[in-house]
Amino acid sequence: MSKAEIFNRIRSGLRVQASDDVRRAAVRARLDARAANLIPQRAQLPTAQRLKLFIDMAIESAAELVELQHRSELAGAVESWLADNGIDQLVMASDANLTDLAWSGNGLVREQRPAEVGDAASLTNAFCGIAETGTLMLYSGSDSPTTLNFLPDTHLVVLAASTIVGPYEDAWQKLRQATGGQMPRTVNLITGPSRSADIEQRLQMGAHGPRRLVIFLLHDE
Amino acid sequence: MATPRPRVGLFVTCLADMFRPEVAFASVKLLELAGFDVEVPRRQTCCGQPAFNSGDREDSAAIARQTIEAFDGFEYVVGPSGSCIGMLHHYPELFADNDPWHQRAVQLKARAFEITSFLSEHLDPQRLSGSFSGKVTYHDSCSGLRELGIKRQPRELLSNMPGVQLCEMEEAETCCGFGGTFCVKYPDISNRMVSNKSDNIRATGAELLLGGDLGCLLNMAGKLKRDGVSVEARHVVEVLADMLDTPPIGAEKRA
Amino acid sequence: MEVRSPEFKQAARIALQDANLQQALGNLKAGFPGKRAAAVARLPEFDQLRDQARDLKNHILEHLDLYLEEFERNVTANGGTVHWCRSADDARRTILDICRAQGAKTVTKGKSMVSEEIGLNDYLEAHGVTPVETDLGEYILQLRGDHPSHIVAPAIHLTLNDVATAFHEHHKRPRSDDPAVLMQEAREMLRKQFVAADVGITGANFLIAETGSTIICTNEGNGDLTQTLPKTHIVVSSIEKVVPTLEDMTLFLRLLARSATGQEFTVYNTLSSGPRRPGDQDGPEQFHVVLVDNGRSDMVGTELQEMLRCIRCSACMNHCPVYGAVGGQTYGWVYPGPMGSVLTPQMVGIENAGLLPNASTFCGKCEEVCPVRIPLPKLMRHWRDREFEQHLSPAGVRYGLKFWSFFARRPALYRWFAGSGNWVLRLLAGKKGRLGKLPLAGGWTDHRDLPAPSGKTFMQQWEARNR
Repeated sequence: MSKAEIFNRIRSGLRVQASDDVRRAAVRARLDARAANLIPQRAQLPTAQRLKLFIDMAIESAAELVELQHRSELAGAVESWLADNGIDQLVMASDANLTDLAWSGNGLVREQRPAEVGDAASLTNAFCGIAETGTLMLYSGSDSPTTLNFLPDTHLVVLAASTIVGPYEDAWQKLRQATGGQMPRTVNLITGPSRSADIEQRLQMGAHGPRRLVIFLLHDE
Repeated sequence: MATPRPRVGLFVTCLADMFRPEVAFASVKLLELAGFDVEVPRRQTCCGQPAFNSGDREDSAAIARQTIEAFDGFEYVVGPSGSCIGMLHHYPELFADNDPWHQRAVQLKARAFEITSFLSEHLDPQRLSGSFSGKVTYHDSCSGLRELGIKRQPRELLSNMPGVQLCEMEEAETCCGFGGTFCVKYPDISNRMVSNKSDNIRATGAELLLGGDLGCLLNMAGKLKRDGVSVEARHVVEVLADMLDTPPIGAEKRA
Repeated sequence: MEVRSPEFKQAARIALQDANLQQALGNLKAGFPGKRAAAVARLPEFDQLRDQARDLKNHILEHLDLYLEEFERNVTANGGTVHWCRSADDARRTILDICRAQGAKTVTKGKSMVSEEIGLNDYLEAHGVTPVETDLGEYILQLRGDHPSHIVAPAIHLTLNDVATAFHEHHKRPRSDDPAVLMQEAREMLRKQFVAADVGITGANFLIAETGSTIICTNEGNGDLTQTLPKTHIVVSSIEKVVPTLEDMTLFLRLLARSATGQEFTVYNTLSSGPRRPGDQDGPEQFHVVLVDNGRSDMVGTELQEMLRCIRCSACMNHCPVYGAVGGQTYGWVYPGPMGSVLTPQMVGIENAGLLPNASTFCGKCEEVCPVRIPLPKLMRHWRDREFEQHLSPAGVRYGLKFWSFFARRPALYRWFAGSGNWVLRLLAGKKGRLGKLPLAGGWTDHRDLPAPSGKTFMQQWEARNR
């Protein structure tokens, strides 16, 4: 009822003719082309500079960065980061490339589940990085509950350097390829930790999401 | 025999006519210095902006037709106000595309220029000479700035006056609160805006405020006077034309 | 929400004398414009992106029905439901019905101006469902029984002291005047609410036709918790927010944060495409998109269609000297500043909101910073035209204009009129060169002197010289 009324008003406003094949074709073409609009130069750098831009922008967004050469160093690096920060509990995504790591098992309670109120830290994979603004792309799936990205006080994210693209557009292409064109339920673009300036425009970190975002950047992947 | 000098029709503007004729005389002087013959068509009145901005399209269009006719035949139409010339640039909006007046309005728009932008194109800056010496600050009036792109032109012209030292104010591009009928329809808000402007002007330490629109200048000068601030105000063409005998805007007459 | 726009002038007078408000507005002026300018300076393509964004929005609006159809088709394919609501009342009832079907007692809410537009909170509350605002600014306002004064920074009209007082009263904790402590208090208070809520309601910055997704662009993460934890996620949005593809959304994302807060990108840009999938361990079981028209379809095909390009960045109000002087609540309805002065008359009637499009000097700053190049002054003038046509402008203004234009249309009379006025003013001013008081000109002379004419009119002097 309402829908018909709304559509009638739009069409009469646009003076749409009975046959609007031309309009339909234009819409179909745009939807199918998925063409990029203007992509800023900044997002189109060669690999080495792209990596540097990602790092610079991520740090500017107040993310923390731990650079590692090999995945073999990852479990140890996560464990020592948590130990250094007095955290003895970790909830994590159940992706095999995280659970199969050489975890020492010393003094750290690790669980694979969605996050709950009170969780101190979470560990997830990032699907890719976007150099343009130092942004991480993550998406939901049976191994990677979305709450891990938002409820814990600290969010640790593993990012393979080879997945860092320049512009957002490349990330969408990559996502479509990885998921066979079916959008995951949730796609998160995350740029730094949570913040708010709602009190007198004074920026405070750690509003409702993670207070700290730590990126473990794997250079060999 | 020399080729005839191109003809400019001076769009006097109501405020220059009524409050500060020196601004129009200074414009004539500068245009002649730039090599033009200046005429003042008698059929001109107001640009029609008060009606246009109040929603009175009928009177706006009638006044536009009168102005278009008054300036028929001039190679250029030049006026000492970005706001009024900006209004001339709005004329095509007043007529339907198939109305013959529309085309005439488009033609007028193509010939209509604010004085400083016109001089920056047509006047050899070497020919400027002036006696003014001291610190000035410049307010960018909104219509000139945003409708006609006037920002560098008055500053470039002033940079050729050896005695003029320009001290930019904070928020030079922020509206002074005049806004035509706005200042009397919303006096409290207008007052806040012109008070901010007055503070920014005072903070520069300049002795003279310059601008390109008399509406804004009357507003700011009136506020500076009311607040007892010693900064004086003039239209920029008065300095460029070295016509400084008349007291500044709103200042006491010399004995 | 009650429409208080007819009281704009009185409200403005009060606002200008409210020292607390003026202090708070100072924070706005000191923050957003400079940050935007810095962000724009870092992206050389910014103005080209604005041109593309304007053109793309125009294309979308010319094909609005078709993109909306595609959006609905894909939401449905994802397992979600689209609800079409012609009016604010339709939208409120639709949302209440969804809440009731879930037996919902409390709903958490992310920041949504459309929910303000439809007066959702009061309606839910009146029907036994408790809404809990989770955006820090909105949370503060809800505690105070207050309304947003800004579309991005809703509590911009409040000072730290106001927030400290509200928290102290409601949280029953020792008073703190440290914004970091206050934010942690809100964080703790709202954790329980996020988990307890039966329904989460968010807005949407864009609706993506290609994928049937909605996106929210936020910094706090409250919107994500709002939409992930409860069993039902309701997105309330408006029909003009649809974009064709992810690539097209990207064009607007590059402009949005930079125009709004001067950030390179908001912290969380989250796309939602339907309810949880088989195997998902969290996420909502139901996904509803409530699409609100509320006067927008009537703007299509009119001069106001350009207003439908608006992406709600707030740059126009952040840079508006009138907004900066009186704040958002003075405008008397949901949308303040220049964009509100164009939208409000459409939604509440020009007879109620005529003072808003008049409350502009047409300085043009709003248009200068608009990321989708909406000619806001032109659209405010559009409302002035309608007001004049419908004889809604004050009689004094109308008669004054007619009197003046009678002369302006007769050059000889006009010269006489100018000459007489000039003579009178010079006479009254005497040697002083200015007038401190002038009958019928109190609007001017209450606050500033009126410089007197420096001599006879130019026309008189010119004619004398050229005789």
